[in-house]
Amino acid sequence: MAVDLKFAKTHEWIRPESGGVATVGISAYAVEALTDLVFMQLPAVGKRVKAGESFGEIESVKAVSDIYAPVSGEIVEVNASLPGQLETLGKDPYGNGWVVRIRPDNPKEFESLLDQSAYDGLIGSQPHG
Amino acid sequence: MTSELLTTPLCGWHETHGGRMVDFAGWKMPVQYASIVEEHLATRRAAGLFDVSHMGRLTVDGPGSLAWLESLLTRRVADIEVGQVRYTLVTSDGGTVAVLDDALVAREPDAPDGSPRMGLVVNASNRERVVEWLTQKLPASGVQFVDCTAGTAMMAVQGPLAIEIVCGLCAAQDADRIQRIGGYRATAACVAGHPAAVSRTGYTGEDGLEIVVAAAVASQVWEGIYAAGKPRGLVACGLGSRDTLRLEAGMPLYGHELREDTDPFAIGLGLAMNLDGRSFPGAQAFAAMQNRLSGRVRVGLEFESKRTAREGSAIVMHSGHSGARQVGIVTSGSFAPSLGRAVAMAMVDRDAATPGTLLDVQVRDSQQAARVVPLPFYRRKKQAS
Repeated sequence: MAVDLKFAKTHEWIRPESGGVATVGISAYAVEALTDLVFMQLPAVGKRVKAGESFGEIESVKAVSDIYAPVSGEIVEVNASLPGQLETLGKDPYGNGWVVRIRPDNPKEFESLLDQSAYDGLIGSQPHG
Repeated sequence: MTSELLTTPLCGWHETHGGRMVDFAGWKMPVQYASIVEEHLATRRAAGLFDVSHMGRLTVDGPGSLAWLESLLTRRVADIEVGQVRYTLVTSDGGTVAVLDDALVAREPDAPDGSPRMGLVVNASNRERVVEWLTQKLPASGVQFVDCTAGTAMMAVQGPLAIEIVCGLCAAQDADRIQRIGGYRATAACVAGHPAAVSRTGYTGEDGLEIVVAAAVASQVWEGIYAAGKPRGLVACGLGSRDTLRLEAGMPLYGHELREDTDPFAIGLGLAMNLDGRSFPGAQAFAAMQNRLSGRVRVGLEFESKRTAREGSAIVMHSGHSGARQVGIVTSGSFAPSLGRAVAMAMVDRDAATPGTLLDVQVRDSQQAARVVPLPFYRRKKQAS
């Protein structure tokens, strides 16, 4: 697994890209736990979000879940084709299954996120599903 | 998850087969194995195997048992034949009239002393209070009443191939009898070598069977059905697909469409109310509901979107003159795998209940357009038999 990924406890991942933006998605573990995805709501480009705040939702047959911003910033791009092909989230959660790109306000916020091994520890201690 | 949860005799099987275990009405039950949608579609296409051992199974026998249940259930019991099953409500009249549960009542083969024996299947969530209510109503003699939930297991095999699959595990005579029983009929049979009560009932909108066996042999019967059915497309199903299947079939679920204060006629359960000459608890009050012209009624809603209205979502109707007004509330909602869109059951004002009426449903921060449609959403194609 790529080492440049950071994770929120709420199962979003974030990866800094060039040009001062970062890509955000949903972890493979979370997608697998949700199963049976039927609907996704994305934010508008230009929306400002705070770390820990919901910016979208993902709905499965059983329930609706919020998607939370791992860091504060501005939504600069959304993966507009994703809601029409939700299976991409499961097939390629860290690639084509990306959800939004954020321009972070404060790069320091990355430091409070989990690295891969810490995240693996978190999900390893949770009951599946 | 607390360690207090009740477990069925099949709990170990669920856990070793990837069941996602949840607390359902105090029972540790699989909500799904892999995918709710896959389990749902497999049941419609071939067969689904469900552990429904959490349902309460009560047995009533003794010379007075028929008359006693006749005095307590909304369906007539006095004329029920051996092998017949009826859908009924259990009502009480302590102060206010209440619907305590919906249940199946079946007449089992007579006891060795010739007295009638009846079985009741009640919801897991209502078992304790139904048992309490019946205990309170038990006469001094002539009726024995036993809760046999813990000593037995119950599984449902549902879908177009369900009966064939089960009959393949029975001796020819039993298989022949099972194939010939009609809907809402039951028979005793040996399934996978073990004595079972087999009824042609279910909660999915498909043809199929529900099978009760002793807890000690539950795993053997379950595994026998699973092994025989798997090559033909049978899958094990959790409570998630059981819920989407019953929703598509337009079947009410206690706690959602059906509640203590529900008018049974308003939700289409008039058939469960045998009122003529009856005196079950609240019979008079229910008779007064029969021809009511006001109050909300149960409808089906179909959405354009896959975004799902859930229980409690408010329903709004726009009319030219008076603007928008809230006309109802969603009681159950889900993506419907067989339809490929979201559906819901709802209670709405009568002037909003006509099929074709366009309504708006508040789903989180959005309004979703919905159309009133007749129930059920899904009706199986009857097979020539």
